[in-house]
Amino acid sequence: MKLQKNTRLALYSVLEFALDPTRHVAAAEIATKYGVSPHHLAKVLSELARAGVVESVRGVGGGYRFAGNARRLTLMDLIGMFEELSAADGERREPGEETPVGRALSVVLAEIDEIAAATFSSITIATMLRLLDRQQQGGAPRLSARGAKPARRRPARDAGP
Amino acid sequence: MCVIFLSERPVAGKRTRRAAADQGGVLSAGDADGAAVIRPVRREDLREIIALDAAVTGIEKRAYWNAVFRRYGVAGEAQRQFLVAEDGGRVAGFVIGEVRDWEFGSPPCGWVFAIDVRPDARQRGIGARLLAAIAAAFRRAGVTTVRTMLARDNTLILSFFRSQGMMAGRFIPLEMELGPR
Repeated sequence: MKLQKNTRLALYSVLEFALDPTRHVAAAEIATKYGVSPHHLAKVLSELARAGVVESVRGVGGGYRFAGNARRLTLMDLIGMFEELSAADGERREPGEETPVGRALSVVLAEIDEIAAATFSSITIATMLRLLDRQQQGGAPRLSARGAKPARRRPARDAGP
Repeated sequence: MCVIFLSERPVAGKRTRRAAADQGGVLSAGDADGAAVIRPVRREDLREIIALDAAVTGIEKRAYWNAVFRRYGVAGEAQRQFLVAEDGGRVAGFVIGEVRDWEFGSPPCGWVFAIDVRPDARQRGIGARLLAAIAAAFRRAGVTTVRTMLARDNTLILSFFRSQGMMAGRFIPLEMELGPR
């Protein structure tokens, strides 16, 4: 699965902002961290601001902050702002797609698209932040006995792929 | 084997991506509810469980739930779990699962077959506590993996399980239409 550059930039930015919604993060900081031009990033942030996912604050100490609902906003919501994961029926026909071989291949590709869409639609920003937290703790997904919060310091032998 | 559906509140018409996202975390959102008690099911819980399932799915399945109780509601059976969340003297939710050994070439692991929370008790973390409780029971039974399966368009429950740390496993379900007899 390969997402377009703008889509990846949007996901990186939103997750960076959502890590601390109270902090204003300068666009230049994100651009430097992910090795992209500030000009390119500005277009992505502008789109996110128009959608109400981020807010910009001008002046000294200004920047961007997360303005969405981390428990509601999914990866699919963000991806859908920048690209279509797959063409709908009747759109963007590829050469050979109407041949028997082309149709058979389309069935397989559609299966992959459906799984990708289901995955992106079911992962919220909050879930991503938990995944990030687990990775930084050096662990893999685990259900703690006390509820939603992941267990800390998982033994290396239990680490996931 | 008993098959139980992970249920959700029916939504009229086609669910949009935004609508699905807006309802995400129905079982888990909100602060953990310290008031609800998670405990093994009792026969007297069945009436409320049947009513909860009927309210959510629109179909009352009394005989089915009695059979589920006979299979999973056995106290002291570590391999099979049927837990309820009791809140204010009422059943607020339930979770059902069991440890399965070596099926599909898999080492023993815990399967969650069903989880549901009463609509008016949602958004309080009860679903998360039920899942954590059955996960703890599976660990006590000696397994280190918990698994479930649901429709890929069931975004609501998919989001719930993912919010709890579950991710795609190394098994892929396959199926095909057998056609008429």
